[in-house]
Amino acid sequence: MISHDKIEKNSMLLLVLVLITVSIGGLVEIAPLFYLKSTIETVRGMRPYSPLELAGRQIYIREGCYNCHSQMIRSLRDEVERYGHYSLAAESMYDHPFQWGSKRTGPDLARVGGRYSDEWHTDHLKAPRSIVPESIMPGYPFLAKTPLEYDDIAAHLETNRMVGVPYDDVMIKNARIDLEAQVDPDSDGAEAVLQRYPKAQIRDFDGDAKILSEMDALIAYLQMLGTLVDFDVYKADGDNLR
Amino acid sequence: MSFRYLLKPSDRVACAWIAASKDSERELSMSGKANEAGMGAPIVVGACLAFGAILGLGMASKAVDSGIYFHGLLFFVACLAGGVALIGKVSRDRSGANDRNTRYNDGVIRAGVIASTFWGIIGFLVGLTIALQLAFPELNFDTPWTNFGRLRPLHTSAVIFAFGGNVLIATSFFVVQRTCQAKMEAEYGAWFVFWGYQLFIVFAATGYVLGITQSKEYAEPEWYVDIWLTIVWVAYLLVFLDTLRRRKEPHIYVANWFYLAFIVTVAMLHIVNNLAVPVSMFGSKSYTLLSGVQDALTQWWYGHNAVGFFLTAGFLGIMYYFVPKRAERPVYSYRLSIIHFWSLIFLYIWAGPHHLHYTALPDWAQTLGMTFSIMLWMPSWGGMINGLMTLSGAWDKLRTDPVLRMLVVSIAFYGMSTFEGPLMAIKAVNALSHYTDWTIGHVHSGALGWVAFVSFGALYHLTPVLWKRDRLYSLALVNVHFWIATIGIVLYITAMWVSGILQGLMWRAYDNLGFLEYSFVETVEAMHPFYVIRALGGGMFVIGALIMAYNLIRTIRGDVRDEPSQVPAAVPAASS
Repeated sequence: MISHDKIEKNSMLLLVLVLITVSIGGLVEIAPLFYLKSTIETVRGMRPYSPLELAGRQIYIREGCYNCHSQMIRSLRDEVERYGHYSLAAESMYDHPFQWGSKRTGPDLARVGGRYSDEWHTDHLKAPRSIVPESIMPGYPFLAKTPLEYDDIAAHLETNRMVGVPYDDVMIKNARIDLEAQVDPDSDGAEAVLQRYPKAQIRDFDGDAKILSEMDALIAYLQMLGTLVDFDVYKADGDNLR
Repeated sequence: MSFRYLLKPSDRVACAWIAASKDSERELSMSGKANEAGMGAPIVVGACLAFGAILGLGMASKAVDSGIYFHGLLFFVACLAGGVALIGKVSRDRSGANDRNTRYNDGVIRAGVIASTFWGIIGFLVGLTIALQLAFPELNFDTPWTNFGRLRPLHTSAVIFAFGGNVLIATSFFVVQRTCQAKMEAEYGAWFVFWGYQLFIVFAATGYVLGITQSKEYAEPEWYVDIWLTIVWVAYLLVFLDTLRRRKEPHIYVANWFYLAFIVTVAMLHIVNNLAVPVSMFGSKSYTLLSGVQDALTQWWYGHNAVGFFLTAGFLGIMYYFVPKRAERPVYSYRLSIIHFWSLIFLYIWAGPHHLHYTALPDWAQTLGMTFSIMLWMPSWGGMINGLMTLSGAWDKLRTDPVLRMLVVSIAFYGMSTFEGPLMAIKAVNALSHYTDWTIGHVHSGALGWVAFVSFGALYHLTPVLWKRDRLYSLALVNVHFWIATIGIVLYITAMWVSGILQGLMWRAYDNLGFLEYSFVETVEAMHPFYVIRALGGGMFVIGALIMAYNLIRTIRGDVRDEPSQVPAAVPAASS
């Protein structure tokens, strides 16, 4: 019989065996996700976030929205009926980090884009219970008053490129211009934003043209969530066996 | 009936320190001459502190955002304070004011007991605050710094890492010295681990309130705080290993296996899950290396094993020392501890995907995660049985020793939540429970019932030993703490069962015409009474912890309350 004595008399042996034992599960489960092609579906429409959307996403993360809102519609009947088509892996492939969430104190937001008007979002974020009396969401009135900081937005795009998001040189060079143009439909750069980021929504989101606020960025992000993939042409039973 | 036929060599080690007199646990002065207090270590430490001070100042002066400016200054101040403390220590060592010739090195453990109690109360209070915010949303005050989204990570980090982490560091340093019959000689290393870890906590906590987070649950601190924690953690591993290697017992006692697995695995999880590229070397923001589905599984591989190794393996180390010690019985079965240990650490690591059922994670990974989660039930209960059966022949002690009662009830809660966990990992059950308060209830039956109770038991046992008191200030107060906290936990978890299952059922309810019956906000409204009950339960738990703090402070001061239950007499104690 193999004796356990050897292991419990040698701290280095114990250490090495523990490391081997705890490595196996992760290797078997996580590593295949990087090479099995079926892990992420082939879809049309996915693109990197526009600079304004990316800045808004950062506000979403900073305020901890993920603590109460998931962005992951499960493949269950009631969820699909309540929130829309179940989420695809491809839809979060540019998310560093993912925002799937783990708790729904509030509703799922994976497809909240286009569901409500900008005014609804502005009023709701400032004072949730003025719109939904039973809501228990905190109010974020300060977002509309705080100017968005975006001096280093190009560096953010560049860092995203380093971790694999396909931003090209033109996108990075124009990051700042694109960010400002997205809240100003009359500007010269508006067309270019749409060309670089198809389906980007270009308007003054918080209804206050005087200030490019954090509210602008957050609503720009919320309004694009789940709008990129066209599910009229997506075939779930196509080449996506999972 | 005798348990001794089961004894293997390591159990004989266990018997030796269990049977030995009370003094065997104490840090006593030794006869003979102490080692000369050398200047090598202080010089190295001083140089590191000077380098750290310059680094902190440099970060602050080049900072691109206010968060890193503040944290740079904080690091600078911390290094200066460390320098002052270093000078004080060296002068005391050289003048002989410090008794350096002791059997054990307990100063850092005393600090750990105080830090654990302090952070526990902070963490529980923040938890109570956010529980009240969910019941009464006006309490968010609509400022950036007080909203639920920023305070919830503060609560989870404070209870898991600040409270739990300090308990683990303190008890592991205590246990490894006693069971190895060796002194923790790496004194500077141990103090660096302690203060470095406190600094990590302050970085993390202030960061959340200021909005610095990478949004990965239980791994929210940004890249520079992650690097700092990695340095501290490696030091922790080295100090622990160094003490193990100095052991006079040939066998490494089972509690140390669990501590070692906890330290090593948490290092692995922490490093892999936090791989990220910062936007600027002088800014707080980073982007994670992984994205989407791969990031999600890596996160929950980390997240579930933060439970498995931080909150389970580490605390099982506590169980394997303090339960036998307190019951004055050796561990029930040596073989069971071997099976328990290896099967637990092997199986736990696979369980992460059960956090991602029915999501965009591939099905094969979900099924694999579910299967291993169900298998995990067996080693968990093996450990529970090994802990509970250690009381064979000593069950009567539950009547007179509320500290032992706390330890035993913690094992019972461990058994309950490790049964509930596999149940919730079954896909059909998870379809209902996921995203609801059932998960919150499950976590808290483990966190309050198992982790906190076993910690309280250890703190109650440690305080008189470390401060060389005859006994606790009051056993009656321990009893009060036990009951008020137990009732609080029961209120908490039953409220969350009802609210979680209720909300899950409401989400999927259909009316006669085949439409969804409830709007989302109707299901939110239905949660209100349960959120109030949960806050009540949490409030009772906080009160219990305050009673403990009072009891420990009085014990440290050397006070003894005159009470009949203190007398281990044949008559049943009045309080039980």
